[in-house]
Amino acid sequence: MAALGRAALLLSLGLVAYALVGGSLAAWKRKRRLALSAQNALIAAFGTTLVAAAVLWIALARRDLSFVYVAQHISRSLPLGYTLSAFWGGQEGSLLLWLLVLTGYSALAVWLNRRSPELVAWTVPVLGGVAVFFAFMLCFVSTPFATAPAPADGAGMDPALQNPYMLAHPPMLYLGYVGLTIPFAFAMGALLARRTDERWIVATRRWTLAAWTFLGVGQLLGAHWAYVEIGWGGYYAWDPVENAALMPWLAATAFLHSVMIQEKRGMLKVWNVVLVALAFCLSLFGTFLTRSGVINSIHSFTKSPLGGWFLGFIVVVVVFSVALIYLRLPLLRARTKLESLVSREATFLYNNLLLVALALTILWGVVYPLLTQAVNGTTRSVSKPYYDFFLHSFGLPLLLLMGIGPLVAWRRASLRALGKTFAVPAAFSVVTGVVLLALGFGSSVPGLLAYTFSAFVAASIVLEFVRGRRAAGSIFRLVGRNRRRYGGYVVHAAVVLLAIGIAGSSAYQTIREQSLKPGQSMRAAGYTLTYESLGTRQLQNAQQTSATISVTRGGSHVATLHPGKSWFPVEQSSSNDVSIYHDPRSLGDVYTIADGIARNGTLDLKVLVKPLVNLVWAAGFVFVFGALVAMWPDAVEQRRLVERYAAVPV
Amino acid sequence: MTVALVLAAVLAVAAVVAVARPFLREPSTARDRLDEPGELERRRLSLAEERDRALLALKELEFDHRTGKISDGDYRRLVGPLRRRAAEALRALEPRAQARHARVGKSG
Repeated sequence: MAALGRAALLLSLGLVAYALVGGSLAAWKRKRRLALSAQNALIAAFGTTLVAAAVLWIALARRDLSFVYVAQHISRSLPLGYTLSAFWGGQEGSLLLWLLVLTGYSALAVWLNRRSPELVAWTVPVLGGVAVFFAFMLCFVSTPFATAPAPADGAGMDPALQNPYMLAHPPMLYLGYVGLTIPFAFAMGALLARRTDERWIVATRRWTLAAWTFLGVGQLLGAHWAYVEIGWGGYYAWDPVENAALMPWLAATAFLHSVMIQEKRGMLKVWNVVLVALAFCLSLFGTFLTRSGVINSIHSFTKSPLGGWFLGFIVVVVVFSVALIYLRLPLLRARTKLESLVSREATFLYNNLLLVALALTILWGVVYPLLTQAVNGTTRSVSKPYYDFFLHSFGLPLLLLMGIGPLVAWRRASLRALGKTFAVPAAFSVVTGVVLLALGFGSSVPGLLAYTFSAFVAASIVLEFVRGRRAAGSIFRLVGRNRRRYGGYVVHAAVVLLAIGIAGSSAYQTIREQSLKPGQSMRAAGYTLTYESLGTRQLQNAQQTSATISVTRGGSHVATLHPGKSWFPVEQSSSNDVSIYHDPRSLGDVYTIADGIARNGTLDLKVLVKPLVNLVWAAGFVFVFGALVAMWPDAVEQRRLVERYAAVPV
Repeated sequence: MTVALVLAAVLAVAAVVAVARPFLREPSTARDRLDEPGELERRRLSLAEERDRALLALKELEFDHRTGKISDGDYRRLVGPLRRRAAEALRALEPRAQARHARVGKSG
């Protein structure tokens, strides 16, 4: 079957190369049948890549250890779910996932725009060009279909990856990373065709939102995986690979805001194509970081030959994008200007500057070790204080702007009108801040500011809904007629929950560590934890040792926890099994880690009490709901767009 | 191995057929030109976008006024130019204006 996989990948390479070359020729020479043929090649490439993916999945399901990839990533005793998830557990498989998602998205984008061959004429070769790189890598540099005599058993899977979140987190991130290729390809296609109208924006609006949503959800799933699996008590460690997913998300967030200014005011055309290109380049950079192993990370694979290839491809994409944007600058000049620095579009602009500044400072933190290695020969890296400083410097103003933006009118706002709209949210946030200060929350200034600003944003969102409902007559009519705006507000509400959750669980958390013998207790933030006993049990592919901890609060028993460790004999590796009590009253967690278990039964117990941490996860659901509201098709707008483009051969 | 090769061959044939389909369906080269918006169509599209932008801006202005974000004075100052812009774009999109543009385009 490996031969079929290899053949399918070679066919994919041939097809996407045809889409690149044939599509370029067709767009250049205005050949209709050749353009359609190039589109078909892109769609067919999805079929052939799907066959290659099916071959790998079948090999994994059958535990066919004659496939080198299968032998390196699973063992015979690994549960089936994790065995199948090994598809994206290794370098070759995850590259195949990239190509599968890319060709799938490309096929869908081409099919959805099949009645507009002109619109996709230059988009097809751009998509083909990106796919050629990944197909080439899979065929000649890092193939998942190498075979060798089958060993008695496979090497197994890293215990940290044996977690249900690993079934969803990587594919979700890939759907986001790769999804950013579509707006990039449409934007570059429009520039290549010398078109400066907004059709590329209309065609990719939902693609961008969907990719951004997947990337956001993927990061939250990854954060929850880190929280329950890695066992250090946090959910985000500014790890380079975590940052790699955050950077394109920030760039895409900036784009989602600034594109509204182009749609409403015809401004920021250059800035928008720059942001689309930046988001795509950062998504490639994220893949490079994960695949190349150039930076030590809990996520990255071992040193691989991919680094140079990826870096080369990123350079090509950056040079291509910059050159094309530069050449088309005369076509992208805006005819309107910002009327006032106190207007909705101005707040969007400030938000854009802060988002891009945050993304670039994170990028600097990520590449700094590489640069010091290249210049001095010694690796120096930046750590949490660096990132925390910039998160506070850019993140807190961003949070505040999220509340200010909706209260300011488009074009210009007078001081009198501002005073009227700001009064309630400002008063609410000041009262919140003062009350929190009185309650002792001043121990952390960033935490107090995050809570106060969150109160301001929450009040402004509620006020927007109340005033909007009054003007529209009903909440359903209000949201139905302004889905993007009110979907956006729901997403803002999710960010407020996230900010409160992060501030509560990091700035106000309690950490206690103690060695305990059976029967002994320790206290942490009002909870008493009593170590009762130690036990072992055999799992399918691991041996687990866990303690039994009784948790009480105010004398009442609230939970029994089982922190421990698991030993994986095939992988010759152990994992920390944390145990968590979700307190419904505080929306926080009592998080226990068995740091050490001695032969005599002594337990080194680490306890973290993390207030409000569950708001971080709740934010994920609100975020998805808001994104769906914003993405939901609007029949009135669809009719308007159909009428707009009716007489144009698109 | 043989089964894999047969499957690969079937896949290759299917891919070639898919790629060649536009040429097989239309062997004639008579209608092989990929349409491209002409100057008039580009102008019309630009006007349609301008019209939609002006109408959207008017809608936003009304909404901002009703929700108290725009004072009465600002509203009166902003609504006139926006209405004019929308009216100009609508007038320019009328068939007679389009025909005039076409004539000007041809003669110019």
